[in-house]
Amino acid sequence: MAGAFEHPFAVYLRAAMIPHIWCSGCGNGVILNAFIHALDELRMDLDKFVVVSGIGCIGRTAGYTNVDSFHTTHGRAIPFATGVKLAKPELEVVVISGDGDLFAIGGNHFIHAARRNIGIKVICANNFNYGMTGGQVGPTTPLEALTTTTPYGNVEHPFNLVHLATASGATYVARWTTLHVRMLTMSIKKLLQRKGFSFIEVVSPCPEIYGRRNNMRTGLEMMEWFRKASVIANFSDPAKAEITPEKIVVGEFVDIEKPTYEQLLYGKIAKIVKKE
Amino acid sequence: MGGDKAVLTGVHFMSGDIACAEGAIAAGCRFFAGYPITPATEIAEHMAARMPEVGGIYIQMEDEIASIAAVIGASYAGLKAMTATSGPGFSLMQENIGLAVMTEAPCVIVDVMRGGPSTGQPTLPGQQDVMQVKWGSHGDYEIIALAPSSVQEMFDFTVEAFNLAETYRVPTFVMADEIVAHMWERVVIPPPENIRIVNRKKPSVSRDDYMPFMPDDDLVPPMACFGEGYRFHATGLTHDERGYPRTQDSEVQTRLVQRLCDKIRKNADKIVRVEEVMLDDADVVVVAYGIVARSALSAVRRAREQGVKAGLLRLITLWPFPGKHVAKAAEKAKAIIVPEMNCGQIVREVERAAKTTPAYHVPKLGENPHTPMEIFAAIRRHG
Ligand SMILES: Cc1ncc(C[n+]2csc(CCOP(=O)(O)OP(=O)(O)O)c2C)c(N)n1
Ligand code: SF4
Ligand SMILES: [Mg+2]
Repeated sequence: MAGAFEHPFAVYLRAAMIPHIWCSGCGNGVILNAFIHALDELRMDLDKFVVVSGIGCIGRTAGYTNVDSFHTTHGRAIPFATGVKLAKPELEVVVISGDGDLFAIGGNHFIHAARRNIGIKVICANNFNYGMTGGQVGPTTPLEALTTTTPYGNVEHPFNLVHLATASGATYVARWTTLHVRMLTMSIKKLLQRKGFSFIEVVSPCPEIYGRRNNMRTGLEMMEWFRKASVIANFSDPAKAEITPEKIVVGEFVDIEKPTYEQLLYGKIAKIVKKE
Repeated sequence: MGGDKAVLTGVHFMSGDIACAEGAIAAGCRFFAGYPITPATEIAEHMAARMPEVGGIYIQMEDEIASIAAVIGASYAGLKAMTATSGPGFSLMQENIGLAVMTEAPCVIVDVMRGGPSTGQPTLPGQQDVMQVKWGSHGDYEIIALAPSSVQEMFDFTVEAFNLAETYRVPTFVMADEIVAHMWERVVIPPPENIRIVNRKKPSVSRDDYMPFMPDDDLVPPMACFGEGYRFHATGLTHDERGYPRTQDSEVQTRLVQRLCDKIRKNADKIVRVEEVMLDDADVVVVAYGIVARSALSAVRRAREQGVKAGLLRLITLWPFPGKHVAKAAEKAKAIIVPEMNCGQIVREVERAAKTTPAYHVPKLGENPHTPMEIFAAIRRHG
């Protein structure tokens, strides 16, 4: 539908895939919006850009972005992206997926990709539960929270994702909520400009499935929690950045450089090929 | 990439695992992701040494789930890609094998079969995964699987597996066993110009007209790769020709899944390969594959020496199953003998194809494949 009224961001979206599947009040749209703003502001080469997602509500993002994209099996976005990045290091490869996908079923892949410093970029929509399957407990569900599989309150300790990413070796680590749209966009721009394994956790409302069981019926109420609890503390200790009902520490935690896996590997290959 | 280092033309003495790795490199494989497991480890080790010499990528992943996922990613990025494993790792790969089928990612998976179930017998041979390779992932699908009987065939069939994977955009399997993998034999590697290499079809239309899952007449869609400017989407969900999810549409599901099956079934006559030895007048037909086929051949020869009209039908392609060849051999035969290193797997397919001719399974588990005498005794018993 080219014409006078085409939205300036239409080029970034697959019109035929819209309307999206997300509920009203969901944070996923905010994340996609910030992502597209970042792409636009950086004037990224969309022919050299790949978005990979796993399975979950946020996992549909790969389908919505009008670049080369792949929707993998549940939990396997990172190893798939690893294959892409190593095969064609000139591509910018971004994984956008959920807390369950990346840190429960796919948790092992996350820590190893971070350890190897594969130059892929990972954005996690942390909505504290498994949205897609109807709101079960996940690896980031707070203690005592009610979900369909913790009807008496959660007794599992949640992951602190920014701490996990830092300890695993990620070279860029940040956390924002969907309330912090400008900071999030700025952060995604940085993530896209870094060379090494980079990670952003986006604390995101799932009012439909998580919020309503935990006294936050609407997206607005969830955002109100984020507003009250968020504290911006750049480069604070990620180990102390656990998310609690009272406090959500947001900001950048890590921004360092070290050689990426593909730099080291291709360096070796160049030497070996020359020797032959 | 790689130049003359890629094809080690000449006569060699090598193990099956090494021959398999060399076959992959000769076929153009430039990406290997794997996780160590006996008896396939030497494939990974050899790839780790050889890939950099030809400008290719070797990566040891955190497990087999990641290995096959990375292989699919590399395939979509445009490289010929492979992984190699054995039973336990093969089980872990099953979900993403389905993803490779659904997204039509050309790739080669080597399963060096050992004794199972579970951790089973890491250092001993088996043929217990020959049904798993066909049915192991959920849903309806078809794949291609080859069964080498010698070290030379570990080289040749790996080349062939890549060609088939690229032709049909389907995961293709080399179903080896511990003996062909660890055995050392003479291998002749031909000059590059004598090795047939097939590459996937590329789209000939512009980005706006490209539909990643719109098949040609052969039912196989041309394949764009990431970074080539097509900006396409692929998903493991049921999808239409544009690659867009259409999970509620039974017509789309029928069209897609039927085509995924038909692109192999309708091309089966082109894919299927067998070796037929003395079948013309055979009263007793031995159907065998892999290392067991070598014992079967000597058993058949011995039977002939003693005046028993025996013949061998060696299955080179396990899947698609060479049912027509079995049916033809069964027409004149009184009995079919199926020796396998399992409790009875391929024999089920043989029975289906052989109709009224009885098929007798000769199981063998544990340490060694059947001796020629064991198969000969079965020929005698039923002949
Ligand atoms: C192997 C496998 N197990 C389970 C599922 C079912 N499943 C689909 S999405 C999902 C959870 C998704 O949660 P998350 O990653 O947090 O994404 P969200 O829906 O919350 O955005 C599960 C368990 C699946 N698709 N595959
Ligand atoms: S279930 Fe939750 S995460 Fe999924 S679309 Fe609805 S609000 Fe968003
Ligand atoms: Mg979630």
